[in-house]
Amino acid sequence: MQGGGENATTIDERHSSRVTVEVNGASRAVTLDNRTTLLDTLREHLDLTGAKKGCDHGQCGSCTVLLDGRRVKSCLVFAVTVDGRSVVTVEGLAGPDELSPLQAAFIAHDAFQCGYCTPGQLCSARGMLDEVSRGWPSAVTDDLNTPAELTDAEIRERMAGNLCRCAAYPHIVAAVRETAASS
Amino acid sequence: MKAFRYHRPADVADAVAVLAAEPQAAYLGGGTNLVDLMKLGVQRPDVLVDVTRLPLDTVEGLPDGGLRIGATVRNSDLAAHPVVRRDYPVLARALLAAASGQLRNMATTGGNLLQRTRCVYFQDTGKACNKREPGSGCAALHGQNRDLAVLDWSEQCVATHPSDLAVALAALDTVVEVHEADGPRDVPIADFYRSPGTQPERETTVTRGALITAVRLPPLPAARRSTYLKVRDRASFAFAVGSVAAVLDLDGDVVRDVRLAYGAVAHRPWRAYRAEQELRGRQFSPELAARAADAELAEARPLRHNGFKLPLTRAITVRALSELASS
Repeated sequence: MQGGGENATTIDERHSSRVTVEVNGASRAVTLDNRTTLLDTLREHLDLTGAKKGCDHGQCGSCTVLLDGRRVKSCLVFAVTVDGRSVVTVEGLAGPDELSPLQAAFIAHDAFQCGYCTPGQLCSARGMLDEVSRGWPSAVTDDLNTPAELTDAEIRERMAGNLCRCAAYPHIVAAVRETAASS
Repeated sequence: MKAFRYHRPADVADAVAVLAAEPQAAYLGGGTNLVDLMKLGVQRPDVLVDVTRLPLDTVEGLPDGGLRIGATVRNSDLAAHPVVRRDYPVLARALLAAASGQLRNMATTGGNLLQRTRCVYFQDTGKACNKREPGSGCAALHGQNRDLAVLDWSEQCVATHPSDLAVALAALDTVVEVHEADGPRDVPIADFYRSPGTQPERETTVTRGALITAVRLPPLPAARRSTYLKVRDRASFAFAVGSVAAVLDLDGDVVRDVRLAYGAVAHRPWRAYRAEQELRGRQFSPELAARAADAELAEARPLRHNGFKLPLTRAITVRALSELASS
């Protein structure tokens, strides 16, 4: 890998930062090499391994978390840039002993096989449903000026940033559809 | 990845001053392209100047009826803006056709315009690329060049510009507001991007370290009838193999005004002035649209693997304009 030797450089003050982030409702403070992504911060420094590293290039969606309530790919965010902001990971979608309606629907519809993409699918769907409730259009919305009905085509387009190598897509669509209909 | 310092500027002047003082500094917007290129070793900045917290995140109507869009407005917010959806659907459609929901939430207006080509040879530090390493050659010219340019390329570079947003903005005669070391300046988008020529490492006409602060859309009532058509290798979340931004203003069935710009054909978003000239003042028909596209593409020089882009671009021109004519 390019720059492998550089990765071994000792953390020095010029290239590191103290970062405070609210994660799943709790304030967390860590000192990080500026190169550390939000994904690696969650997984390697905060023991939150729900968000997954798939491609690490923003193409697969398995690292999706909510940043100030909006879905983003945490592998393309340097943690130093989110100082003072709020992050919700799959661990924070519901309390420790309960499931969010979306999580329950994923189980009811068997919306995964290996489960690796699931935390990203769940956070992405949570953010996507909020976007729908704000009236945001998508590329398949016919009329840009009226709120879109959440058809299967809309769900598929809006979830295009999350790949599922097991191809559980029909069940993911069903789980999202049911969650949207019941909320 | 090379270690870097992180700077959150107090204001635009501070940001521009850091870039002027540090030859290896780079602005960080949404990071959707730069962070990836840093992981790949393609870009190796010493300092990141994070501009996302500067107060450049508003969309405001202008007295002349135009719209001013701050450089850090996120792509998703811009696509969802009610005035953009109503008055500039070509812009909303271009944004919505790009990337994924997560990336649109991150990507900024200014960063989108300055994103780098997705030419695979540019992104691979093991390959010759004059854009990445001036003087090293172009592995794409005789390599796998299906996705690359058909117009205005040079022996030194056959890369295409990847942005959809920039294509829509080219069609709308957008003004790019930049702040350089010696102050602010307006640059019409037609003058903003460069042809590759012998210096493909230079992609814009503004000075190194210039910060885009906003883009300004002129009033264009005709743009209410506009659209963006994009062809991809899969149904969603992919870069264009062909795209067209189109604005059509008909008087009866005669073309009173038209704006056309193409994506995925050149080093810059390609405003199709010749096609527009063929269309203006004539009775609209799909055949006329095809002739107009052919006139625009007459000087195209397809590479070994991308000759299909000519009939593709003609076809989407006809389809976009015909849809607008019947809407």
